[in-house]
Amino acid sequence: MAKVYGAVTIDTARCKGCDLCVIACPPDVLALQPKEVNDRGYHFAYAAAPERCVGCAACATVCPDACIEVYRVVERDK
Amino acid sequence: MTQEEIIRPENKVYSRPSLLTDANTHYCPGCSHGVVHKVIAELLEEMGIADKAIGIAPVGCAVFAYNYIDIDWIEAAHGRAPALATAANRLNPEAMVFTYQGDGDLSAIGTAETIHACNRGENITIVFINNAIYGMTGGQMAPTTLLGMKTATTPYGRDARLNGYPLAITNLLAQLDGTCYVTRQAVHTPAAVRKTKAAIKKAFRNTLEKRGTSVVEIVSTCNSGWKLTPGQSNEWMAEHMFAKYPLGDLKNVEPQK
Repeated sequence: MAKVYGAVTIDTARCKGCDLCVIACPPDVLALQPKEVNDRGYHFAYAAAPERCVGCAACATVCPDACIEVYRVVERDK
Repeated sequence: MTQEEIIRPENKVYSRPSLLTDANTHYCPGCSHGVVHKVIAELLEEMGIADKAIGIAPVGCAVFAYNYIDIDWIEAAHGRAPALATAANRLNPEAMVFTYQGDGDLSAIGTAETIHACNRGENITIVFINNAIYGMTGGQMAPTTLLGMKTATTPYGRDARLNGYPLAITNLLAQLDGTCYVTRQAVHTPAAVRKTKAAIKKAFRNTLEKRGTSVVEIVSTCNSGWKLTPGQSNEWMAEHMFAKYPLGDLKNVEPQK
């Protein structure tokens, strides 16, 4: 079976910590920073479990501030 | 596979639309406006019509829409966006003119302009954000506020005897002969966002093909006005708003062959 690897990059300065990406993420990759905040005082989102990401882009689709970009690699069997 | 190996330009599957400006939006965290702005920016880019598009910004939270999407915009007086869109379209027949309005703008002060623009079948798209509240001014009751819903001006809940009934204006617009496509969507889940994108794409295409007025209502949240978190707002919307404002196409006139 082909293996799918995904990764997200989050523009943390733009993130408002609304939590919608965390709710939308099917494999529970994302979380909000429990302590750290950005310049505007928001607990921004980060990839807490990046190894689980499959690059489905659900988080980026629902992000109201378009601060998530998604990468995906599909490794096919040889 | 390491993160560095995955995060490479050739593996990118989702990027920020280039038509969105670098400005941070003034919307509250989790506001549906941001998602709809992003969808419109993506579509204008994908369809290659950014040069042809003229947006008409409303009065309401989306008043600064012209700061966020890098196309031509005109700022209308409160509720007058469809009238201004009529002028913009008649003077520039090749332009793809769309209005972006909230429920206070479209269904309260702008009712006459909206209904008559749709009845004339003006060749425009109306994107209607319905969050059942006046978000910008502090969460007062709007015509679309649900019965029993608490707002700043209905602290005991909307009472039909005192405040009348919620207005599903999109259903009214679907009955007019001038409209060719009337639909109601939402942006609370990834699937719903994709459906909304398809709906707005269809509306923009209708406008490019000069088929009449297209109306896309987007049932939205106002978490600040509703006094809920963004996640709770989406749940509340799915539970309460969709009963009065069910999603789906209300009218879809296919082109004559």
